[in-house]
Amino acid sequence: MRVAVDQERCCGTGNCVMIAPEVFDQRDSDGVVVLRQPQPPPAHTAQARRAAANCPCAAIKVDED
Amino acid sequence: MSRTDNRVSDAQSVPLTYQRAPDCPFDPAPEIVRRRAEDPIARFLLPSGDSAWLVTRHADVRAVLSDPRFSSVPPPDSLLRPPDPDGPADAPPIPPGMFVGMDPPGHTRLRRMVTGEFTVKRMDRLRPRIEHIVAEHLDAMARAGGPVDLMKVFALPIPSLVICELLGVPYRDRDDFQRRSRMAVEVDVRHEDGMANFMEMHEYMAGLVAAQRADPGDDLLGMLVREHGDDITDEELIGLTNMLLSAGHETTANVLAIGTLLLIRHPDQAAVIRERPEVVEHAVEEMLRYLSVVPSTLVRTALADVTIDGTTIPAGEHVMVSLQSANRDGARYPDADRFDLAHDPELHVAFGHGIHHCLGRPLARMELQVAFPALLRRFPTLRLAVPFEDIQFRPNAAAYSLESLPVTW
Repeated sequence: MRVAVDQERCCGTGNCVMIAPEVFDQRDSDGVVVLRQPQPPPAHTAQARRAAANCPCAAIKVDED
Repeated sequence: MSRTDNRVSDAQSVPLTYQRAPDCPFDPAPEIVRRRAEDPIARFLLPSGDSAWLVTRHADVRAVLSDPRFSSVPPPDSLLRPPDPDGPADAPPIPPGMFVGMDPPGHTRLRRMVTGEFTVKRMDRLRPRIEHIVAEHLDAMARAGGPVDLMKVFALPIPSLVICELLGVPYRDRDDFQRRSRMAVEVDVRHEDGMANFMEMHEYMAGLVAAQRADPGDDLLGMLVREHGDDITDEELIGLTNMLLSAGHETTANVLAIGTLLLIRHPDQAAVIRERPEVVEHAVEEMLRYLSVVPSTLVRTALADVTIDGTTIPAGEHVMVSLQSANRDGARYPDADRFDLAHDPELHVAFGHGIHHCLGRPLARMELQVAFPALLRRFPTLRLAVPFEDIQFRPNAAAYSLESLPVTW
C-alpha cells in the first residue's frame, strides 16, 4: 500500500491521527497532516484505509499495490 | 428571566432542519424522515416564504459539504425568519474572523492560525487537566447530594472551564458568556434581541482582545497576538474567539447532558461503558451519530449549477443539509434509529464534513471520553429526579439542548 497526503487540501481536523497514529501526524504549527509511513506495514493498512475514508477534505489517497 | 420572552412563535416559524419528532425527542421530525425516503434532494419552504433545498441522505449530505461549488457565506438572516414588514434590516454579513461562514482562501488563512492549538497531540496533553476538572465536578456533586441539575453542575461547567483555559477567557465571566452563547445559537429569537446579544458578545471580547494585545498570555488568544499579531485585525480576533468560545462549550455541554439522558434511558448500554473502558471511544461516536446535537450546518449557496445524485441545484439557490437525517440514514447505517454500541458509526457527520468539519473534534472527543465513564462509575445508580416526560428540550437552535436535567442517585 502507498499513502499520499495533500497538505494544501488538509483542514487539520486530526481524524487521521485519531484513527491511524502510526501512519499520520500533524504539524505543531498549523495542524496540517504529516505522513509518517508512506508505505505502511500490513499491520497498519486497515487504519490507513479508514483514515482516508474519514478525511473530511479528501486529503489522503491510498493506492493498494 | 423566562426563556420564552424572546421567542418568535411556534415550531413552524423555524426551518424544518431544526425540528425534532414530537413523540421522541431524540429523533428527526417525521417530515425529514419522509423526505429522506421520497424526496431526498428537494425544495422546502422557509419561514420567510422563500425556498431552499433540503438534502437528507448521508451520501448526498457529504457530497454537498465537500463540494467547493457551494459557498458557506450565509445569506441574509431574514431568509430563515418569518417575514416582518415592520422589522429591522438584515443583520450585517458574517462578522470578520468567524471563518465558519467564510470560503477559501480567507477561511483557510484564519483556520490555519488556530488549528495548531487543537491537534490530537495537544489534546492528549490536555487529558490529565480534563480528568482533574471532571473529578472536581463529580466530587462537588457528591458533596451536594442529589437531586441536582446535571446541566448546571456537570455538563455546562466542564467544557466551559476547558475552553476558557484554552482560549484565555476568564472563567468568572461564565454566567454571561454562557447565556449569550445559548442565545446566539437559537434560530427563533427576535431579530433585535439577537442583534443586542451579538453586540454584547462583541463588546465583551473586544475588552479581552485589547488586554491581550497589551500583554499576550500563555493561551490561544495570546498565541494569536504573539505569532500572528500583525496579520490579524482586532475585529477578526474578536469574531474568531467568540466563535471558538461558543462552539467550544455549547455543543459539548449539550452532548454531555442529552447523552447522559440517553444513557439513563439505556441502562444496558450505560453498563457497558461503565465496565469496559475499551469501548468508550466507540460508544461516544455512536452517541454522536445517534443524537446529532448539531442538526444542520450553516446554509450553503450554489455558486454554479450543481448536480447531486441526478438532481440539479441551480446557481444562486440555497441549500440546507440535515446532519441528523444523514446520521439516521438506513442506507448507510442498518438499524439507524436505534442507539446501540454494537453499531458501526463510521463516517457519521455529527461534526460536519468538508473544509468546515469541526476543528474542535479532538477536544470534544477527549472531554466526552473522559466525562461519561467517570460520571457512570462515580454514580452507578444515576437516575432522573423527574419523569422523563417532564424533561424540557430546546429545539430550534443550532445546538439541541435541555432546559435542565434533574438527576439523583
